[in-house]
Amino acid sequence: MKALHNLVEKVKPNFEKGGKFEKLYRTFEAFETFLFVQGNVTRKGSHIRDAMDMKRTMFHVVIAMTPVLLFGMWNVGYQHFLAIGLEVSFIDQFLHGLIRVLPLIVVSYASGLIVEFIFATIRNHEVNEGFLVSGLLIPLVIPVTTPLWMVALATVFAVIIGKEVFGGTGMNILNPALLARAFLFFAYPSYLSGEVWIDTALQEGQQLVDGFSGATALAVLAAGEMQYLPSALEMFLGTIPGSIGETSTVAVLLGAIVLIATGVGSLRIMVSVVAGGLFMAFIFNIFAVNDFMAIPPYYHLIMGGFAFGTVFMATDPVTASQTGTGKYIYGFLIGVITILIRVVNPAYPEGMMLAILFMNVFAPLVDHYVVAANIKRRLRRLKSTTVNVQS
Amino acid sequence: MSKVIKIKRGLDIPMLGEAERILQPPLKSSEYALRPPVFHGLVPKMLVEEGTPVKAGTPLFFDKYNEDVLYTSPVSGTYTQLVRGAKRRIMEVRIEADGKEEYVNFGTEPLSTMSREQILEKLLKSGLWPAIHKRPFAIVANPAEKPRDIFISAFKSAPLSPDLDFVVNGREAEFQAGLDVLAKLTDGDVHLSMHATQNTSRAFKEARGVKLHQFIGPHPSGNIGVQIHHIKPLNKGEVVWHVDVQDVISMGILFEKGIYDAHKVVALAGPEVLNPRYYKIINGAKLSSFAENNIRVKKDVNPRFISGDALTGEKIGRDGYVGYYDDMVTVIPEGDHPELLGWLIPTPDKHSVSRTFFSFLMPWKKYSLNTNIRSGERPFVITGLYEKYLPMDIMPMQLIKSVMINDIDMMEKLGIYEVAPEDFALCEYVCPSKIEMQTILRDGLDVMIKEFA
Repeated sequence: MKALHNLVEKVKPNFEKGGKFEKLYRTFEAFETFLFVQGNVTRKGSHIRDAMDMKRTMFHVVIAMTPVLLFGMWNVGYQHFLAIGLEVSFIDQFLHGLIRVLPLIVVSYASGLIVEFIFATIRNHEVNEGFLVSGLLIPLVIPVTTPLWMVALATVFAVIIGKEVFGGTGMNILNPALLARAFLFFAYPSYLSGEVWIDTALQEGQQLVDGFSGATALAVLAAGEMQYLPSALEMFLGTIPGSIGETSTVAVLLGAIVLIATGVGSLRIMVSVVAGGLFMAFIFNIFAVNDFMAIPPYYHLIMGGFAFGTVFMATDPVTASQTGTGKYIYGFLIGVITILIRVVNPAYPEGMMLAILFMNVFAPLVDHYVVAANIKRRLRRLKSTTVNVQS
Repeated sequence: MSKVIKIKRGLDIPMLGEAERILQPPLKSSEYALRPPVFHGLVPKMLVEEGTPVKAGTPLFFDKYNEDVLYTSPVSGTYTQLVRGAKRRIMEVRIEADGKEEYVNFGTEPLSTMSREQILEKLLKSGLWPAIHKRPFAIVANPAEKPRDIFISAFKSAPLSPDLDFVVNGREAEFQAGLDVLAKLTDGDVHLSMHATQNTSRAFKEARGVKLHQFIGPHPSGNIGVQIHHIKPLNKGEVVWHVDVQDVISMGILFEKGIYDAHKVVALAGPEVLNPRYYKIINGAKLSSFAENNIRVKKDVNPRFISGDALTGEKIGRDGYVGYYDDMVTVIPEGDHPELLGWLIPTPDKHSVSRTFFSFLMPWKKYSLNTNIRSGERPFVITGLYEKYLPMDIMPMQLIKSVMINDIDMMEKLGIYEVAPEDFALCEYVCPSKIEMQTILRDGLDVMIKEFA
């Protein structure tokens, strides 16, 4: 440790004012503080501080995402070999997925972090840790067939327009990772819908199996082809086509357990999103006029991005409601709107992304009314005492 | 007795080095200092010249903006030195004690025959007035105002705080005499808040002329702001006062014996103290006069001396002086060492309210917490956390944000009158973004003071 620290201290002057790489100071600092918790001590206020910090918070979200990531990698391979009708070992399936998914992650992190470092340097503030999470979320919510340049473009767009123009992590209104997806969804719709979910790149001598369909469960339902709907077990386990990280409800639940157990993710939001989704699905059940409206409500929880969005997207503390009561309202409405978009809207089979972005925009309004209620309580107290004094 | 008020939200930070209930024999310090900066907003105007002999109770300076409030010498001796800081601000008024214990005589007129004005005058002249704090704004009370109520807490809940039962022991009569004085200053009530299980002293249990309240729960249940909020919350336009137990005792002595007796019991506590104990000192005593041989000497570890508790106290040097309001000195290790991957590795010496560390599995464990700040400052990211550590119907994050953007209207609406920086100390402790919430709130209160001036 001593030797490493000495090394860091030795190169540090190069990055400080007047040094050779002065402009890269913030980048250097990001790596330095990653390696070492600095010996900085408190000066004002509380002399002692809780050991928790943003790095650790974000790191635990990344840990929570690993089951989803690993399953997603395997599923990419599994779906690929299923499509070409080859039976290969588990390891081969995983390796194929790893090779396909890793570049997406690398590109996402690299492009996003470059933007973060540039902004930290221009604005002269420390590099914020928020992108550690966004950088992994982005590849998990897109199809594996997304071109790398598109990932880079979407990431840069999301970081600049979604976050930095508002002042960086903590100031943004929209969830950056979802914004990246929305950007792709509307800018390059053909790459984010239709038969894009499965890696069907063929090598010589390979061909797709007869009757292959790469449609997601939601697309199947929207088309009214109930006979092609995967079984509930398949959807729960996640052996279905879809965005890399969204398919497996089991893996998402593992992540949810990590987030809830460590207290990093808001249980309140997760529960209310699920409640909102089930509520709306029940309503549709009652008035069912087609097969989609009549599916069992719990199907909605295991189809598409509902579980993933609930656990990893809706719970983003910055873009969610910030008040306790507000979180219930915010989560519930996400659930309701998601199902509404899924079932009623003919254009978009998946409603989770739009529902969360929509509620991101409305979260401050929800908070406004919760805060107003607090203010009103205080005013009422004032009024009641004034009356007492007069009487 | 009224029902027990349960404080559910909060946190008792498990620190090592709680003071044992042993009172060390009094040690005489030869150096004392009254430090104007501890009185927030005070602009001192000196009344004496360097080299003047003083008695305990001789006025040293007054407040430029509140000329009636005198600040007096705690001990008899000679005013030797004025220490100035940046911009010639007066930092310390040093007194060299002569060991004679001479007191200015303020008279012993019986309390029952005195008018409110006479009582005020006696408190103002003696130098005990600054012991009375007011809410809103958390500053020294204004003698021109009449408080709705006066509040006293019979227990403290901050980390390693002194046990007031022990502190008041043997001075029960003086405490009651002080309560009688305070009762004459308000048309409302004098509220005395006890801990439902820890307070057993008859000074509190059998206190007369006061409304007794019982509290139970973790820190900040002992904070006066929290108690006021739960007993009778402060509304806009109202003023309440609060006084510490030991200052009530000094007031009792002032009216019974006619002297300003600045003796008080302080706890010397913290992980860097060899034998955490209680000491009877005279206010403003030099720290080294009683703590010198009781501090751990370790290679590589610098101790930090804090006048007050670890959450709200003030950093003083080894040669510093105990603050006017402080009844404890905390000594903790400085955290000025870098730590490899310190944010990642959950070593057992780290305490956190987050369940990503193991401290939640070992609630019995006590920690030697240091001063490492652990991260650079970040904007607010985590939500729903701060509310758990401010047991009032106040939204901490929203209030702090309204201060940050200097929105006076919003600060008022969100209840800034009810709070003091110390109420946000726990929020600041748990904040993963390391935001200086106490400093921000103090700035907000200062803005409000200006607004009302």
